[in-house]
Amino acid sequence: MLRFIVRRLLQMVGVLFVLSLLLFIWLRMLPGGTVSAILGDRATPESRERLTKALGLDEPLYVQYWRYLKRALTGNFGASTGVVPGRDAFQIFIDRFPATIELSFFAILIAILLGIPLGYLAARRRASLFDNASVIVSLIGVAVPVFFLAFLLKYFFAVKLGWLPVSGRQSNIDATRVTNFFVLDGLMTREWDAAWDAFKHLILPAITLSTIPFAVIFRITRASVLEVLDEDFVRTAESKGLTNRIIRGRHVLRNALLPVITTVGLQVGGLLAGAILTESVFSFPGIGEALASAFSHRDYAVLQVLIMASAATFVIVNLIVDVLYAVVDPRVRTR
Amino acid sequence: MTTRAYAADTRSGQALLSVRDLSVVFQRHGEQPFAAVDGVSFEVRPGQTVGLVGESGSGKSVTSLAIMGLLPARGNRVTGVADFDGTDLLKLSSGDMRDRRGKDLGMIFQDPLSSLNPVVPIGVQVTEVLERHKGMSRKAAMPKAREMLDKVGIPDPDRRLKDYPHQLSGGMRQRALIAMALACEPRVLIADEPTTALDVTIQAQILQLLGDLVRDSGTALIMITHDLGVVAGLCDEVNVMYGGRIVERGLRHDLFAAPRHPYTHGLLGSIPRLDGQRGEPLIPIPGSVADNLPWDHACAFAPRCFQPIDVCRSQTPGFVEDGASALRCHNPVGSPHGHTAQPDHAEVNDQ
Repeated sequence: MLRFIVRRLLQMVGVLFVLSLLLFIWLRMLPGGTVSAILGDRATPESRERLTKALGLDEPLYVQYWRYLKRALTGNFGASTGVVPGRDAFQIFIDRFPATIELSFFAILIAILLGIPLGYLAARRRASLFDNASVIVSLIGVAVPVFFLAFLLKYFFAVKLGWLPVSGRQSNIDATRVTNFFVLDGLMTREWDAAWDAFKHLILPAITLSTIPFAVIFRITRASVLEVLDEDFVRTAESKGLTNRIIRGRHVLRNALLPVITTVGLQVGGLLAGAILTESVFSFPGIGEALASAFSHRDYAVLQVLIMASAATFVIVNLIVDVLYAVVDPRVRTR
Repeated sequence: MTTRAYAADTRSGQALLSVRDLSVVFQRHGEQPFAAVDGVSFEVRPGQTVGLVGESGSGKSVTSLAIMGLLPARGNRVTGVADFDGTDLLKLSSGDMRDRRGKDLGMIFQDPLSSLNPVVPIGVQVTEVLERHKGMSRKAAMPKAREMLDKVGIPDPDRRLKDYPHQLSGGMRQRALIAMALACEPRVLIADEPTTALDVTIQAQILQLLGDLVRDSGTALIMITHDLGVVAGLCDEVNVMYGGRIVERGLRHDLFAAPRHPYTHGLLGSIPRLDGQRGEPLIPIPGSVADNLPWDHACAFAPRCFQPIDVCRSQTPGFVEDGASALRCHNPVGSPHGHTAQPDHAEVNDQ
């Protein structure tokens, strides 16, 4: 197992290296550019040239890449030119990362806590009204565009009803920072009002972000339970006269959840795509919002750090899923 | 295998499980109802092994699932009586039946790999029955589970308790399933094609094991199989099923010596025999169950029969009982209407 993990981590280094090269070239091929983004359209050619030189963008790509790689290996990923001008790009990542983790955590929690039980119930009551209704709801969950849902929720619950805050991570209150996970900080420092406030800020974005993972997890769970219910070993369990609780938990769910684990892993990896839209709509200061902002500013340094970090997260999440899979499925362990 | 101690009293004594007029009708929405089992009656006494023999679709597995209360909750109608020691199992609530399954009635299945939960250790799959019916804790049940594995001939039971099904061989898996079914010492054991998925050498071992267990514990065994070799080695009484009905019943020796229903005759004729002439062709039964006539006003087997007479296609044959044997046929083998030259099955193919 340890060898497996080490091998996968080494693979990740390779993946990140290739990605860094492709990303570097690709970003610089985008129309527009850092200089136009900073100076605007009406800048004089002289000032443009001066800034190009100052940023080192006048040199051939391979020279730029080589310089970038050398600095990156020492932990220096360059300075931001647009999101927070002058700030170290990696520091921006560090600033923003906890917000996105916190948001993603709650979103995936909602998706799992709703998706798995509902998927199980829908399968047990196949073709019932409940089953049909929840399949339709989950279809809507996938089909409705994230930003549309975000606006809808925001309009009703924040603007119209005023139950929840419109945007941001926390109101302007004096809160102690420990981990930069605001809810956790509030709980750790016993500043309950701060924790509650941060939590309220999370509700709408988390619901928005959870819709697609919820729908996918629901459908996979339902399909998987349906399949397992027909398995011979469930009949064996019935023939032993076991209680429904044991049959459902030990024999049906434990087997049905195997494919669900893989799905959850993929969905966690995919959360970032949803986070870009969700965070932008709710002005939630996480990675997603920073990415959107970095794109419009053509902030190469920040884009590179954030995209690479996302890729690394994706690989690590998948590694965790594979390890988890081996823990729950003995057949994988011995293979 | 020698004649067993119980063989003598199988013909007398109180029946432990008495199935009378059992019918199972499947009806899907908007489809014609289909009688998978149609008025089946048989009995099994303690220590007796009764075979239900027939090809796929003859209703033998549905019969066993109906007795166990394991048919799907919807889409079927079960009628008749399954009298287990004075209680009609078919009348029990699903909760009461659940209390009996695994305790009074055990069942083992055809494919041992798919019949075991792949992600739960063997030990837990044995102890869960004891926990459920004997009120034992997992810890207290483990030694008993170990004893059961040992009893069914699984070597190194301590290690196997912790193993998962995929780590066991096919024969060991079937032994583990038997251990689970027998953990609470059920009085009736239903074995649904328990050897079909196994190698021939393993088959013999499993049959031997089942035979020994029945002899030692006095368990009543219902053996469901399509394999007459299994019947020859194990069963005291044989019920041959066709199209959802029993078409012939007899004691093992009688049935093998002189099969009277053309279907039984055909089944025996389609087994290769070591003592037969070299190059002697096997005689398959032509057609398939798809050719069956409805029992309502014909013999279902008539289209595949080698000696049908007119009445076979116009009248339902009655079930005529005569002591230990019974027959449902208008024109039995060896009767005046029958063929004169019959293939000879006089020798019992005993193991």
